[in-house]
Amino acid sequence: MKFTTLVSATAVAVASTAFVGAAQARDQVQVAGSSTVLPYASIVAEAFGENTDFPIPVVESGGSSAGLKRFCEGVGENTIDVANASRKIREKEIKACAEAGVKDIIEVRIGYDGIVFASQKDGPAFTAFQPADIFNALGAKVLKDGELVDNPYNNWAEFNADLPDVGIAAFIPGTKHGTREVFEEKVLAVGCEATGALQAMIDSGMSEDDAEDACIDVRTDGKSTDIDGDYTETLARIDSNPNGIGVFGLAFYENNTDKLKVATMGDVAPNTESIASGEYPVSRPLFFYVKKAHIGVIPGLKEYAQFFTADEIAGPSGPLAQYGLVADPELAATQASIAAEETMK
Amino acid sequence: MTDTTLSPETSPAAAGEPVKSKSLYALDDLTRKRNASEKRFKLYGLGAVLIGVFFLVVLATAIISQGIPAFTRTIVEVEFTLTQEQYDAAEKELFKTKAYEQFFIGALQGQLEESGMSVPFDAAAIERIVGKTGGTIREYFKANPGALGAPAAFELAASSRVDGYSNGRVTRETLTDSRFLEKSDLDIVDALVEAGIIKTVFNWNFITGADSGVDNPGGAGIGASVIGSFFMMLVVLFLSLPIGVAASIYLEEFAPQNRFTDMIEVNISNLAAVPSIVFGILGLAVFIQFMHLPQSAPLVGGLVLTLMTLPTIIISTRASLKAVPPSIRDAALGVGASKMQSIFHHVLPLAMPGILTGTIIGLAQALGETAPLLLIGMVGFVARGYPDGFITGFIEPNSAMPAQIYTWAARADYAFYEKAWGGIIVLLVFLLTMNILAVILRRRFERRW
Repeated sequence: MKFTTLVSATAVAVASTAFVGAAQARDQVQVAGSSTVLPYASIVAEAFGENTDFPIPVVESGGSSAGLKRFCEGVGENTIDVANASRKIREKEIKACAEAGVKDIIEVRIGYDGIVFASQKDGPAFTAFQPADIFNALGAKVLKDGELVDNPYNNWAEFNADLPDVGIAAFIPGTKHGTREVFEEKVLAVGCEATGALQAMIDSGMSEDDAEDACIDVRTDGKSTDIDGDYTETLARIDSNPNGIGVFGLAFYENNTDKLKVATMGDVAPNTESIASGEYPVSRPLFFYVKKAHIGVIPGLKEYAQFFTADEIAGPSGPLAQYGLVADPELAATQASIAAEETMK
Repeated sequence: MTDTTLSPETSPAAAGEPVKSKSLYALDDLTRKRNASEKRFKLYGLGAVLIGVFFLVVLATAIISQGIPAFTRTIVEVEFTLTQEQYDAAEKELFKTKAYEQFFIGALQGQLEESGMSVPFDAAAIERIVGKTGGTIREYFKANPGALGAPAAFELAASSRVDGYSNGRVTRETLTDSRFLEKSDLDIVDALVEAGIIKTVFNWNFITGADSGVDNPGGAGIGASVIGSFFMMLVVLFLSLPIGVAASIYLEEFAPQNRFTDMIEVNISNLAAVPSIVFGILGLAVFIQFMHLPQSAPLVGGLVLTLMTLPTIIISTRASLKAVPPSIRDAALGVGASKMQSIFHHVLPLAMPGILTGTIIGLAQALGETAPLLLIGMVGFVARGYPDGFITGFIEPNSAMPAQIYTWAARADYAFYEKAWGGIIVLLVFLLTMNILAVILRRRFERRW
């Protein structure tokens, strides 16, 4: 019977593929996490495949939190080996990891990334910002005439006459991005303190923690838009909005200097030098986390981590710096800790 | 109309008044009004069609004009000699490809100096003009160790901005000096173009190659992900066609009409409307976390897409089985065939064109699907190139065409954006071919009663 042979042939095909799939050990390193680290990881992955006998690792994106969540799902071939993150792993993530059996994690800092504010090339001149300006424009509650009020500003010039007289329209990374945390910490919180809003909140009877949390609240009246996608989405928004100002990574900006105009922060222009020296205030370290239990099981995992942090790759003259990563001055310590497979405490 | 509304007083015939004689050729008001409204409706319809055509034209122009640059690439064509010593030295390095690149740049610089180029240049400028070349050079000499020491002709990718300069994306006006390219480098590029060293050729690598790192748009190709899509479609075809057809035959021909089969029917229709991302989550939970199938593998992608395609195939198969007239079944049963014989010998062959059309359209839908692939690890940087064999094609990590397009569109370098549009053209070619195939099958084999 034609039909029965068809069915049995299919059953055999399914069974054999499933069997082969289950029996085959994974031979490539599997990475997921921050979309900020993704470009660097993809450069390294390609070079790793070209320069060693190991296959090219698979690098997925999806955001630091999503990546760390998958990382903490457990130990075994069906979980990822490396999580990229544009922020440090949190206490509660380490705890979640430990509960799932991922106890030994190696932390690797690969370098620094600058966060820049940029607007359309032909738009008004947003060329000088202080964190206070950003806080006044985007904070949920700001200080006006000595009083704490819901953000009343519609226009940049209303609180700083040096800024252009155009409506506020900001495109900032959404909460699933690690970049958002740095933006909150290094721009909003700093601006909150500088404008005196933090003090005013504490004076009004808030506890210090609550006041700090209130400082990083972003206004929700539509003047500020969360971008959950990649920087390309922010770029598209800026492209169609001459008054818009967006938050980008330094590398992304440097790749698109023909479309974007960058703003200084605290009178310092963002570039690899000013970020390495710490003069430019808004930068953050980038990390990846390695599952120690997978070293020796997944071929090439340790070699990948070592290759990533080698002087030739992550050093100041390597391809990562060429693309826009700010090299870590303490790279040697990182290399030593990977060689010794030092785990986090 | 009922009699009550026709009162005798107002009825003209009853009143004895002569009926207003009117030519049938002269249109009365009501007819004119009806005609006008018909005309208006036709215009609305035409307008709707025109709007649709307009958007189609805009879309097609956008895709073609943006995607064409992906099919050309700017290359640096040079004869280059690598000595055995250089080869050994490079192989000792950790970052071997960089070493090859340096040898190549040194050799090119030497050649240009010899040829007495009038435009001033230095090694740094050449490095900015030439793209990432080390990988290609290393691969060549590893495969042909005999070529060491003799000049070999290379066609190597120029950097992304030089590529943009030759296809018009980058101009002297828009270029800002950066470590990627400086304005003065364009003079060197012009001179090299005149010397025939830099030229624009058809980008075969885009059609046959694999994805490349974000700093190497010149090396990116969609070929490997076409293969990934192909293996996924194989899985989808060989699972969803038999399962879908078997399920439809049972439901349509054998199943008793009861509450249970009603429920199944309703659920199949519901399943067809489930968003594809849901199947992705299911795939992650069941196939990867529970069944331990490999991540990023076309096998898992195919299984997930099978779930998505099954309802489509079941619905279209049942429709085409229903369309076979009962007289065929009755005739078969009448001459003594069993129920199974009547279905497999008579009904199924007649329903086949419809089933195949439904299958092809289901496959085309699955081919363009990205969302479920996000969750099973087929989106991202999956640059594995071609699988070694047929079986490994299913389980080795690979991307798929729509996933590759999505990945490229999110990259910082604009050259990848062009690649994404180019990828859309390739994907559309596949989709159109499948749809045309479906139309041809229907036209040629469909029987009407």
